[in-house]
Amino acid sequence: MSSHLKNETEPTMWTAKLRNSWQRNLPIDKLLPDTQPAYVASWIYIFGVLTIAAFGDIIVSGLILSFAGPAWYHTSSVGLFVNSLHFWGVQLFFVFMVVHLWGKFWMAAWRGRRFRTWLTGIAAFLASIGTAFTGYLIQTNFDSQWIAYEAKDGFNAVGIGAFFTPTNIGQIMLIHVALLPLVLGAITVWHVLLVRKNGVVPPIDAAPEGGN
Amino acid sequence: MSGWLSDFMNVPATYIHFTSWLQISVANLIVIGVMVALFIIAMFAPFPGSHSTDSQTSGDQS
Amino acid sequence: MKRSAQQNAFDSAPWTGRVRSYDIIKEGFIAILVVSILVVTFSLVFGSPDDKQLTFKGWAQTNPTNFYDTTVQELAGTSGSAGYGPPYNHASDGLNIGPLWLQKWAGVTHPVDVPNDLVITPLSSTVVPAQVATALATWKAATADQQTAWATAYDTAIAAVEGDYTIVDPGDYGPVPAIAQGLTDVAKSGSLDGLLLAGGNFFSTDNTKQILFFGDGAYLDDAATAANLQGNTWGMMNETGRYPGQAWLWLYSLWYQISPFTNEESAPLGSNADAYIMFVVLGLTGALAFAPIIPGLRSIPRRIPLHRLIWKNYYREENIPRRK
Repeated sequence: MSSHLKNETEPTMWTAKLRNSWQRNLPIDKLLPDTQPAYVASWIYIFGVLTIAAFGDIIVSGLILSFAGPAWYHTSSVGLFVNSLHFWGVQLFFVFMVVHLWGKFWMAAWRGRRFRTWLTGIAAFLASIGTAFTGYLIQTNFDSQWIAYEAKDGFNAVGIGAFFTPTNIGQIMLIHVALLPLVLGAITVWHVLLVRKNGVVPPIDAAPEGGN
Repeated sequence: MSGWLSDFMNVPATYIHFTSWLQISVANLIVIGVMVALFIIAMFAPFPGSHSTDSQTSGDQS
Repeated sequence: MKRSAQQNAFDSAPWTGRVRSYDIIKEGFIAILVVSILVVTFSLVFGSPDDKQLTFKGWAQTNPTNFYDTTVQELAGTSGSAGYGPPYNHASDGLNIGPLWLQKWAGVTHPVDVPNDLVITPLSSTVVPAQVATALATWKAATADQQTAWATAYDTAIAAVEGDYTIVDPGDYGPVPAIAQGLTDVAKSGSLDGLLLAGGNFFSTDNTKQILFFGDGAYLDDAATAANLQGNTWGMMNETGRYPGQAWLWLYSLWYQISPFTNEESAPLGSNADAYIMFVVLGLTGALAFAPIIPGLRSIPRRIPLHRLIWKNYYREENIPRRK
């Protein structure tokens, strides 16, 4: 017991270190805030959460599609509807994410040691492009035939094609379903935790001497 | 369900040719237009409760 | 210094000024509700694209001549796949960027023996007429040089009459015409798709051979042209039908529209366009990722003051003027 108490004041345990660091950097009232700085008052702020909401919709329709199998929607009208949910979820996802990206650029939202937040956002954008691309490849229709044929050249040209093969539908399906949503989800969680930890960036020129 | 307008949607698309090398489908142009429009609206539209100082009704923002 | 350091400290410090109430859970809930309604509405109204997959049966039935000619090219080694190089074969070194031969260095990880994998083996795996079986036996008994000589002679003769193999001059083509006709008939019957995919196995998850063969002919290419999906007409961004495509790929697609990348004959940039464009896009992505620390780029938001609109209420209430 005494060693346990000692660890609380001066942690050497990995677990205690992690917990203390979490509590210091991201206490629950930062994680689930009920106030925001007064300047957080513009419609531009809603596009991050809209992107996440669209991602959620994509996950749900994607799960239904994966349980039914990749060729279901060619023959089932319910399947085609779920495919439509997946398709429009992706379109909205990218619309919201691009507007979010523009907004953050024009706010120079990387200021005040928020560069990592910006980087994780760009990483999420790239992971989204990869996820969408692999999704287009597993439509099992004319579109995916053509995209596989065309896209292989780009990847082959720089050696990526040696291990990432757009024409190998088994590989692409696993990557699209099992890997990329997890990667994108993890990056998104990281991104949001950084936003909560650092707070929303103050306005450009919000003066140290005033307004505070 | 194939969508109420699926007959309208499943025909060859219309493309706008700005120059010999720059062309875009109407659908993509609409999507890009929507992005720009949303961005502009987000800039200008008044945000509810934006004059609160301490504890007014919550708006929705992230 | 002072001011920028002071400003950075202020920007990164926890906010101690005025606040407004904010319900993060309620916000998330409303966002999910609104987006879900939009997604369902768009799906009900527009549906989604699903142009049927093309098949070898469709190709061989609608354009048997092109299928036949392509089969001869696979045997002669003149098709796109036969001369591709890594990761499928050693027929070429692939693309390069100056001294960087990434395609070659990555190696042949996905071997495709074009004449055998695309023509001989599938044809040998199904029931064929006697003359085709005899032709296959003749082909297999011949030396590689003999095989190449037959196929090349026939391929050249077909090219000389612009593809119409029914009017080629007589020559020493060995078993090649019978094999090409045999594969065309198998394709017309609809069994080539399965033969190429499964290759005699039970499970099959890799469509590489089918895609390569398909791409060597005109059928897939013509369909893509008709659907405006060709890379040199921004096809990377486009979708079948009137649906929106992948507008987010505009910056990648752009480079395929402009000189010298549009000219395959133009070395080195045009002839290695796929490789160079990959690096151009990588560089631009890096610029986006590191915009916050790139001088000039990082100052754009301050120079073009859209932020005065975003935070207009705050600036007014706090009476903060714009600083240059």
